[in-house]
Amino acid sequence: MLAILKRELKAYFASPIGYIFLAVFCLFAGLFFFAGCISNASSDISVVFSSMFTITLFLMPILTMRLLSEERKQKTDQALLTAPVNLFGLVMGKFLAALLLFTIALCVTIFMVLLLAAMGPIEWAKFFGNFLGLFLVGASLISIGLFISSLTENQVIAAVGSFAVMLALYMLDAVSSLINNSVVKTIVDSISISQRYSDFTMGVFNFANAIFFLSIISIFIFFTIRVFEKRRWG
Amino acid sequence: MIEVKNLTKRYGGKRAVDNISFRVEKGEILGFLGPNGAGKSTTMNILTGYLSSTEGTALIDEFDILENPIEAKKKIGYLPEQPPLYMDMTVKDYLDFMYELKKVTLPKKQHISEVCELVKITDVYGRIIKNLSKGYKQRVGLAQALLGNPDVLILDEPTVGLDPKQIIEIRNLIKSLGKKHTIILSSHILPEVQATCERVVVINKGKIVADDTPDNLSKSLSTDHNFIVRIEGPEGEVMKLISTIPGMVKVTNMGPREKSAFDYTLEAEEGVDVRRELFTRLADRKWPILALKSTELTLEDIFLQLTRDDAAALTNDGGDK
Repeated sequence: MLAILKRELKAYFASPIGYIFLAVFCLFAGLFFFAGCISNASSDISVVFSSMFTITLFLMPILTMRLLSEERKQKTDQALLTAPVNLFGLVMGKFLAALLLFTIALCVTIFMVLLLAAMGPIEWAKFFGNFLGLFLVGASLISIGLFISSLTENQVIAAVGSFAVMLALYMLDAVSSLINNSVVKTIVDSISISQRYSDFTMGVFNFANAIFFLSIISIFIFFTIRVFEKRRWG
Repeated sequence: MIEVKNLTKRYGGKRAVDNISFRVEKGEILGFLGPNGAGKSTTMNILTGYLSSTEGTALIDEFDILENPIEAKKKIGYLPEQPPLYMDMTVKDYLDFMYELKKVTLPKKQHISEVCELVKITDVYGRIIKNLSKGYKQRVGLAQALLGNPDVLILDEPTVGLDPKQIIEIRNLIKSLGKKHTIILSSHILPEVQATCERVVVINKGKIVADDTPDNLSKSLSTDHNFIVRIEGPEGEVMKLISTIPGMVKVTNMGPREKSAFDYTLEAEEGVDVRRELFTRLADRKWPILALKSTELTLEDIFLQLTRDDAAALTNDGGDK
């Protein structure tokens, strides 16, 4: 697992992907920080986080598109699957590599909050809630992207597929507001990532929300492992 | 060392590998021979745990590849048909990665440099894999398989796409590796198998059609009563003379070959050796024999014969259904 994680991280920085992801993430975070905090003279950093949610949603496919699709295309999966490593370790290695890169990007907000802290009082609980929230959202999206990447050997298809799913998740709220049936509405609302996330941005740590994200991660990692199993038996 | 029992792999209704069984002893080099699409790669992928078999078992040194995959995989070095290389890594980074992935416990630096010496890639050690030539890529693939000194080496068409000099080098390398390792090597090139392997398993349409040493295979199928003979003398009379030898079934004139000499193919009854009678009769007439050779089948002929017969048998089966 560690070997795969290390290789994957190196691969992010051997190609422009890692740099582009970090650059775009930091650019938008900086933009929202400037607009929301600096020019408004506000110490409430959750403005940055709630905007970064959308950016994360659309950036994530870049990080996950080639994780597994490229292995299959280059036939390097033969080396991974015939090495004495179990599938869980393999998939987790990939997942953690993407998550680590995302976390590095996320850490840019720490500088922002320190900057604010130097100038005035900060609601630390709110910051940590936000940070954790976006971290969990990112991890969930990575697991979904990883799963989609395992389904194809074309990284463009993986990217477009992930992008479509992210877009659907993004529009879930708009869809929910159009629904009259209260049962369906409740269901749609409860799977809406942005609604779960908005609790975090308000500094509310709801255990159910954390469990929701952890479940998404587990389910999609499990699905990814099943895709490998299925292909082996197919 | 390797034991395969009743291995079957079905893709939908098609049997890619159909109930095959064989054993490979320790230190043996087994050649896995068959036309493209015969099931060689599928079998190797099952042996290495990349695919699962539909039925049957594969044991690597007593470890079942399905039930005990981690232990079994530790014993195997695998070079798939297309070497599993990460194109954007350097050879060094790649081998470091494979070393860690395979959980090798030998001293890292020394072991990797030994393997590089062995397959002669030391001079490209720092280069990016995608810039290497096909021959070097193949060797890096082989180096990867050799990491950790596995007992079993499974090599899927290791010389494909190499130039003749590289082919000879790789063959010699495989031969020398065979002293310490158990090797299964697949190929659709016959001289390769003949040159490197002690035993040959011929596979066609997912079934084993022969399992023997290259020499025995040659013998069992060759015929000791068919010859090609070159005789100097008037063709019509020579034909007439040798056709009347007792036991002769058929004589065919192959046409002139040397000055006033013709080649004839002789087909005698089974168990009858016509060579002595042929000599005395021609000697009486002072028509010298310039050449005489039995039409022993080369591995190539055997291969064609085995795979063709089997193909015919299979279509008959299909017709019945």
